[in-house]
Amino acid sequence: MSTGTGTGTALAVRGLTVRYRETVALEDVTLDVGAGQACGLVGMNGSGKSTLFRTVVGLVRAQAGSVEVLGGSVAQARARGAVGYVPQQDDLDRDFPVSVRDVVLMGRYHRMGPTRRARPDDDRAVAEALARVGLEGLAGRQIGRLSGGQRQRVLLARALAQEARLLLLDEPFTGLDVMSQAAVTEVLREIVDAGGSVLVSTHDLSVLPDLCSRSVLLHHRVLAAGPTADVLTPANLARTFGLDPATGRVPTRGGGSR
Amino acid sequence: MSTVSTVSALSAEALGALPGLVGLVDVVTAPGGPGTADASAWWQVLVEPWQYGFMRRALLVTVVASVVSALLSCWLVLIGWSLMGDAVSHAVLPGVVLAYLVGAPFAVGAVVFGVGAVALIGAVRDTTRLKEDTAIGVVFTTVFAVGVVLVSTTPSQVDLTHILFGNVLGVSDADIVQVLVLAAATGITLVVLRRDITLYAFDRVHAHVVGLPVRRTGALLLGLLAVTVVVALQAVGVVLAVAMVITPGATAFLLTDRIGRMLVVAPVLAAVAAVVGTWGSYALDVGSAGLVVVCQGLLFAAAYVVSRVRTRAVA
Repeated sequence: MSTGTGTGTALAVRGLTVRYRETVALEDVTLDVGAGQACGLVGMNGSGKSTLFRTVVGLVRAQAGSVEVLGGSVAQARARGAVGYVPQQDDLDRDFPVSVRDVVLMGRYHRMGPTRRARPDDDRAVAEALARVGLEGLAGRQIGRLSGGQRQRVLLARALAQEARLLLLDEPFTGLDVMSQAAVTEVLREIVDAGGSVLVSTHDLSVLPDLCSRSVLLHHRVLAAGPTADVLTPANLARTFGLDPATGRVPTRGGGSR
Repeated sequence: MSTVSTVSALSAEALGALPGLVGLVDVVTAPGGPGTADASAWWQVLVEPWQYGFMRRALLVTVVASVVSALLSCWLVLIGWSLMGDAVSHAVLPGVVLAYLVGAPFAVGAVVFGVGAVALIGAVRDTTRLKEDTAIGVVFTTVFAVGVVLVSTTPSQVDLTHILFGNVLGVSDADIVQVLVLAAATGITLVVLRRDITLYAFDRVHAHVVGLPVRRTGALLLGLLAVTVVVALQAVGVVLAVAMVITPGATAFLLTDRIGRMLVVAPVLAAVAAVVGTWGSYALDVGSAGLVVVCQGLLFAAAYVVSRVRTRAVA
């Protein structure tokens, strides 16, 4: 099933189909993220974006299709810590008794010894990651005592400390203050410039042209894919967000959750 | 001088109502200055229980069980597995009874049934539309009831009361060795793997994505829960073992927002409750299991007050 991918491909998804009981979450989804490329994944809530991420990292089993990460299997990529997954900050228990530094250090666990004791290398990587997202002064703060945007930056810092080569970000811009949004965008751009690859899901179209050279519109299947400017047409967006193409209005607001 | 003697007379009168403190009353009313008599009397009361071998053994078992249970409780509280602790502690009953009947170490029976119940709960939850608390409730009460039936069919060999409410004053040498070995193994495992367990409690998806063994950590944690319950029920019995694996963690969580500090605060407070409860059981002539858990509850109440005052001070 797997087609050969060139050396320049960080993520190759081919014909991916995922069903939960009778519900089809993804159907025959094919997409590529090239090395050193940022790709936007656009779709409304419940369109299968999160399922796609969860399948790529091996949390959900696909009924059909294949996923290739950095030229190998998902399991191989995970074992090397080559894939970074940045969840929405809302997914975390903000009362959990850990500090910012503790969380970022978790990005290094797979390279540490069995007790996960931090070595000077790890401390350096954590400090550097925190500086890059502009949180160097908050390392000792418990994660519940941050704003939502700061928490999102902590999770991004964890992926930086991990030194992942492919980064998957699930709605990282949702509910961010302007400063945090700028910081996240800037860091993602730096990652891409340094040869890293990014797949970022969003329903905030304003960040796409600046950040992502390519975009994929998803509503259980791929509706459109290509250079961002070509993809973001009114007709495509209307189909993606379930708008009536004739009126541009929302017919019914489906309350599907992720 | 007169106030001192009034106080000591009052306290002697009050304490005289408690049968276990009759010795104190004798000392206080003995000749000699009231002040020195008071001090030495209190000292006498404090050390008296520990002059008996069975009290020292009870203290050892209770403190060790409390400390290892308290360590584990920190993560159970954070993951939201309190009800799982309840389930496992009850589900071990048939295992304990069967082990007694065949003469096996009862830890073996307990672990088999504890882990089996957890697996069964998972199966019921995953293959039906029932929510987890319902699956837990159905499975553990049924398994516990099987234990109750087993006890009723076995003549006099098994004392249900001892299993349910603990018999720490009657622990055998073999029981003590078993408790120490299991507690040491569990405690060391928890401390060595504490960062992995914390990550498991905090963000399983991340642990999975960076290739850490998430399922193995979860299974290990449930296995350690079963073993810890076995240790705890030696001290306080099946019914109250669940308190040992919930309350200290809950107390520590109210007092600090760092897992590292919780892992110190919880065992220390649990050890305090163990010492005070065991001592009090002698002084007041009441069962130690209940009193140890009551002490844990009082510490929780104190922590609650402290945390409320702090919250108000911040707000």
